[in-house]
Parts: sequence; structure tokens; C-alpha cells
Amino acid sequence: MSEVPSELKYTKSHEWVRDEGDGTVTIGITDHAQELLGDLVFVELPEVGVDLTAGDACCVVESVKAASDVYAPISGEVLEVNELLTDSPEIINDSAFDDGWLFKVQPSAEVELDDLMDADAYEAEIAD
Amino acid sequence: MPFIPHTEQEITEMLQAIGADDISALFEEIPAHLLAGELTGVPEGMTEMEISRLMHARASQHPQSVCFLGAGAYEHHIPAAVWEITTRGEYYSAYTPYQAEASQGTLQLTYEYQSMMTALTGMDVSNASLYDGASGLAEAVLMAVRGNRKSKLRKILVPTTVHPSYRKTTQTIVQGQNIELCEVPYDETTGVTSLDAFKQQAGDDITAVVIQQPNFFGNLESVDEITDWAHENNMLVIAVVNPLSLAVLKAPGDWGTTGADIACGDGQPLGAPLSAGGPYYGFICCTQALVRQMPGRIVGRTVDQDGKEGFVLTLQAREQHIRRSKATSNICTNQGLVVTASTIHMSILGASGLEKAAAACHANTISLVKQLSQIDGVEPAFNSTCFHEAVLKLKKPASEVLLALAEKNILGGYDLSGSYPELGDAILVCATEMRSDEEISAYAKVLAEVIA
Repeated sequence: MSEVPSELKYTKSHEWVRDEGDGTVTIGITDHAQELLGDLVFVELPEVGVDLTAGDACCVVESVKAASDVYAPISGEVLEVNELLTDSPEIINDSAFDDGWLFKVQPSAEVELDDLMDADAYEAEIAD
Repeated sequence: MPFIPHTEQEITEMLQAIGADDISALFEEIPAHLLAGELTGVPEGMTEMEISRLMHARASQHPQSVCFLGAGAYEHHIPAAVWEITTRGEYYSAYTPYQAEASQGTLQLTYEYQSMMTALTGMDVSNASLYDGASGLAEAVLMAVRGNRKSKLRKILVPTTVHPSYRKTTQTIVQGQNIELCEVPYDETTGVTSLDAFKQQAGDDITAVVIQQPNFFGNLESVDEITDWAHENNMLVIAVVNPLSLAVLKAPGDWGTTGADIACGDGQPLGAPLSAGGPYYGFICCTQALVRQMPGRIVGRTVDQDGKEGFVLTLQAREQHIRRSKATSNICTNQGLVVTASTIHMSILGASGLEKAAAACHANTISLVKQLSQIDGVEPAFNSTCFHEAVLKLKKPASEVLLALAEKNILGGYDLSGSYPELGDAILVCATEMRSDEEISAYAKVLAEVIA
């Protein structure tokens, strides 16, 4: 059973969002997602400074068997990307919720956070 | 057994099972304006006997013609061993195999092909080939649009000196994707594209520039300064090259300070006979930075669980059987058989053989242009250095001159008045290593008579 930290918000497409409490959020893919994908070999990160709309395909994670889009869970400007993933995408396999974060966003409408799933809802979602 | 083994009854049952009324219902998501409609001008099918008769009749139209025609496809010597080996049963397939366990020979050959192409172009990576040179340029443009993420406007600078068919094909393939191809005019005296001409077309945000070397007129463009200028302004550089010319010209990977980002072109000069226009093959190579934007198949070398060397298709997550509509390309065809011939051709000639062939082409063309230019009413259109083609201006209508030459069994060149009317009566001539001194002199003699 994969880990689902209770303090995070989730999407149906298996992204997680951490509200940093300083007007920024950090985004990654869930432990469940990395398990489904298998060994990650490449991550194409968004450009810093790009304005995302919730639902945009903004990032690609590629494993030995598939390449999947990551969708922006929330609208806003990309502030920072996890450059370590460029050379070591396997960090996501080892630490999906911490060291394997993808990018940080300054949300343009924080109210969108309320539309996301909490840990219980996400756990129910992936239990099927 | 029929090629498509579904009976009407099976089709009906399958449609019922998925709840579709008819086959066209499966394609309903395609917007109506994108459908090509009825294909007019495509004749009814013919029997094998009829088609043989037609082809024999066509083949006899120009018996023993001596070819001074190039314009993108060139008559070169192909050692007899090339197609003898290529058509052996072990190699005789048009497809790049997915089944590594059953296809090590073909996979290794394709891997060797890729290694040869990266050596010729000076690039990091080659794929297993594309359909042809023109669609290769379209794929390169699409790659550049995906790969240059600093650029938002999807504008590509394309000189008028790029092969007209390549430009048309590229326009057709990219037109639905909100990509703008901006034409950059050439200098009338030199027949090449000046850096100033590029600068005049450039706005704030250009995704990539295309440079064909040698260009369609056979002239050598200033690839170093254009490449450096493009990179200074955050544009990618797409090189369209004749692979044989790379035996004597600078490889795209060495253009300017940083080298071109993508190199593409038609592989026909490397072992494919003219054969009325095909099949040929397209090649495409790129830098490591763009490898995940590469369309089509790539063969990689690896080791099995016992540590033994083996070959497999690699980076398949980019491809349409996995990535579907988001694949790097949905034209996934390649030309495995012609590539097989090409690889054998290159291995038989070797680097020195390719260099000798390329140097002979250049020397013969220089000789041809010199002799033809001595004729009253024939003069070179440009004052630039060429590889193995050149433009000649004629005092009589080009089409009439070429027809008169054809009657004497000389294919005298390519009539430029269709694609480049501003040149007046002009033809593009080519003399490969196949042309003897006698044939070149004979052409000059006949042209003098025709033009007088």
C-alpha cells in the first residue's frame, strides 16, 4: 500500500500539492503514481516563469515503460523547478513526497486548493 | 487468404459489439474541415500484367539517357554487392523490428547505420530513418517547436534556397499546428542567403532557422555565421544536408561555435537508385539535448542479463504505440530496406570512398559549368562556390532547350522557371562521378547546337 500523507492535497491524475503557508505551493506526483510508472528515467520540467492554468499538461515524467503528462493542479506562476531531477529522475521513485518534488507555484487563485482531494478522498480513489 | 481478413459479417458484428452504426462513426472525432474528401485523379487499380506493360512503356521513353539532372535526387555509382546483399532473405524487410530476441542482425545493422549517420553529420544521435527528405524537414521543424521552450511564437525562418518540394511538404504537414514558416529571400548575385536577409525577417521571437547546405541552387551558404547568430538569439538551427556532400563539407555538428541542433535530409545519394523517384529515405540526427523530441525509432546497444552485447529499440516511451496522440511523431513509417542498402553502401565505400565520390562530383560539375558557359547564350546565374550543382541562364526558353536535349538522349537539367520565375530561363545542372569527360563534352556540343 502506498503512502498518502494526510497534510497534502491530491488530484485524480495523481499529483500532490503542499501548501507552504507563505503564498506558495509545492507540486509533485504521488507515491502511487511512481509505483504505477516504475523506474523513472527522465523528467521534462516546466519553464520557470511560465503561467499555468489548472489542468494544463505542464510536465512529462518518463519511465522505462511509459511517458505521462503531469497536469497543473492549480493555476499560477512557476517559481522554481527541482533541477536535481534532470540528472537523477529516480529521486521520485525513492522520495515522491519530499526530495522528488517537481515544481513550486505561486497560485493566482488559492481558492482552487479547495477543489482538490484530501488524503482520505485520494486514498479511496486509488483503493479501486 | 485476403490481405484484410475481415468479412462483412465480422465487421458488422464488431460494430454492433462496440455500439457503432458504421465504420465512419469511428472517425467522427476528426473535424470535417480536416478531411481530404474524395481522392480525384487516382486511377482504378491495374492487374500485374497491365502494370508491367505500362512500366516497360515508360522505361523505354528515355532509353540510355545521360543524366545531368539532380535537384534533390542524384545518379551515383552503387557497387553491385549493395543490393545483392540487401535483397538476401535475412534483410528483405521494410520494417524496423520490435522483437529484439528474433532480430539481432537487422537491429545491429540499423545501429551501425545510426553510428555512420552521426559520424557524417557530427551530431550525437540518429534515428532509424524517416520516410523521405522532405518529410524529414517537417519532422525537424516539429522537433524544434517542441524543443525550443524559450520560444512562444512558433515561427521558423526558411530560406527560398531550401528545396521547393521540401518547403511545400513541410507547409502541408505543419499547417494545422499553428506554426508559421517565414521565407527568407536570397541574394540575386550570389544565389545564397545573406545574414542580413535573415536579420530582416527576424522578429523578437523566432523558434528556429533552416539552412540547406549546399542550397537548392548547389551554392554554399554561410552556415557558420548564420548558426552563431541564430544561437545568440535563442533560435535552434536545422541543417538540411546532402549526406554525400558531408564527405567534403563541414559537418552540421561543427557549424559555427556550437553546431546545428538538428540535421536532416534525403539518404538517396547513399546507395538508392533514382528509380523514377523512390523509394528513398529520410534521415534525421540531433544533439543529445533534443533526443526525447526525436521522431520515430531509435536502436540502442545494451547488454543482456549475462552481460552479452545486444541491440534493442530504445526510448520507445516517445512513440505512438505508447504515447498515442502525444507521440513525437504520428508518421511512424521508416525505410528499413533502403537504409539497409545505404548502410552496406557506406561500409563498402568507406570514408575515403565517399570522399572520392564527392570530390569527383564537384570536379565534374566545375568542368561541366566551365564548358557550358563558353557557349554563347549560356551563362552562370551566380558567382558562388558550388558543390555538385549550378544554375545556368539560357537565352532560349528553358523548357524547349531541355526537350531538344532529351530528344538527343540528354537529361539536361531541372527547369527552374516554375519555382523560381524571377530567374527567367534558367536550369539547374549536375554532373556526378558517373559522368565521363566524353559525356560532358558531348553535352556541351549538343547544347551549343540547340541554343544557337
